[in-house]
Amino acid sequence: MLINWFTVVAQAINFLILAWLLKRFLFKPILHVIDERAKGIAAQFAEAEAKKTLAQTERDDFQHKNETFDRDRAALLQKAEAEAERRRLLELAHHEADAVRAKRHESLRIEQRGLSQEIGRWVQKEVFAITRKTLADLAAANLEERIVAVFLEHVRSLSGEAKDQMTAALTTSADPARIRSAFDLPPAQRATIENAVKQSFAVETRFEFETAPELIGGIELSKGGRKLAWSIADYLGTLEKSARELMHQDPPQAPKPEDKAKTDSKPDPKLESKPKAGPVREPRSDLAAAGMAPKANP
Amino acid sequence: MRLSPDDLIFWRHGFVVLNSTILTTWLLMLGMTIGSWLITRKLVTESRIPRWQGFLEIVVTSIESQIQEVGLRDPEKYLGFLGGLFLFIAVSNLCAILPGYEPPTGSLSTTSALAISVFLATPFFGVLDQGWRGYLASYLKPTPFMLPFNVLSEISRTFALAIRLFGNVMSGTMIVGILLSITPLVFPIFMNLLGLLTGMVQAYIFSILATVYIAAATRGGEEPDPITTTKGHPWKA
Repeated sequence: MLINWFTVVAQAINFLILAWLLKRFLFKPILHVIDERAKGIAAQFAEAEAKKTLAQTERDDFQHKNETFDRDRAALLQKAEAEAERRRLLELAHHEADAVRAKRHESLRIEQRGLSQEIGRWVQKEVFAITRKTLADLAAANLEERIVAVFLEHVRSLSGEAKDQMTAALTTSADPARIRSAFDLPPAQRATIENAVKQSFAVETRFEFETAPELIGGIELSKGGRKLAWSIADYLGTLEKSARELMHQDPPQAPKPEDKAKTDSKPDPKLESKPKAGPVREPRSDLAAAGMAPKANP
Repeated sequence: MRLSPDDLIFWRHGFVVLNSTILTTWLLMLGMTIGSWLITRKLVTESRIPRWQGFLEIVVTSIESQIQEVGLRDPEKYLGFLGGLFLFIAVSNLCAILPGYEPPTGSLSTTSALAISVFLATPFFGVLDQGWRGYLASYLKPTPFMLPFNVLSEISRTFALAIRLFGNVMSGTMIVGILLSITPLVFPIFMNLLGLLTGMVQAYIFSILATVYIAAATRGGEEPDPITTTKGHPWKA
């Protein structure tokens, strides 16, 4: 017999138990986990979708902001450029105005200087002529003689440190002492000067006479880098200054000392000493005296 | 030569016997239950899952989709019975690869037990779905004259189920046994492979037919043609 009925019943029960066991341990857990995962995936998808939407919104927002920013920036840039251009043009105009002003100032200054020179020259000429004429009229001697006399008087009256320095210069140098004058000195005057110098400084030296037309109405003794000079330029300078002030043309700072010297281009009235300015004062006062009172000592 | 593992009896007391069929079935039950438990006790719901879990998920979802394809609307309700049927037959047939193993499905007692289970399950699910009246009314369709034929068909297909499975599995085992005595080398391996294929096919046929019967009972309509219902598998009739 192929069929054992007890086995049939037993197998049927066995099968039902197995079906229950499989349902309990296999199908239910597996289906449950699949459902869970499906739910999880759905949730993830939903989340991703939400995130995507959010990202989209944010991106749109950001794009919008970016555009606004770009627009604002362009506008600001344009404004700044316009401002910079305006400033540049303004600066350029300032520069040009300054240049024009400086140029004008310079030409004014040149004109002024020319005028001052002209006046100086004219004053010099006039004063010299007047002086010469006055001296010629009032004294027996001519102007040159009077100048020599004044010069010699100062050589003699030179004293103190200035005299020592001049003496030293005359003694130490082997060169001849140079006498420069604006006019030709006659031999008698030359001898007088030589004697006066020799006596005054108690030295024995050779003399060399030279005519320098640029020393208008002046005379100077130079030796070994030292110079004893006399001229009427100081008086002329004073006169010129007074004239200038009178004309209100030249502010005090405009003509510089160098300019003045250049303009004058005549013998310095000062007794110049390179290392020291000591001997300068005396001749000046004397010059003033000479200019003011030409007839006192003919 | 034994035709059935029923004949190998280990213990007997009156009409109660403990033969190879019952013992092997118990062992299979134990193995399947423990295996399921081992795998399903630590299931994960993350997107990365262990391989065994993936394999079982494929098996379970395939069974479920097959049930649904046949026409049962709520496959989870029938999954325990139909899935258990398929897995039991498949596993007991596939284990034929083990030496000294005799599949319990090669015993007419087992196949009869399974067929009777299907025979009883059909009205059970039918009544569960449509109620007594609805289920019994299906025997009177299309005309009351068809009642005897419907009842006859119900009984005969149960026999057919039992005999088909028994014949296929038993013949497979028998063929391997006979061939082993004739050509003991190489050739039995191919027959064994064929036996495995046959075992799987039989498991599929048995469970799909059970599904079809239950589907017919629950729908209350005419019994669908199994061939057209499970298209693409003409050999399962």
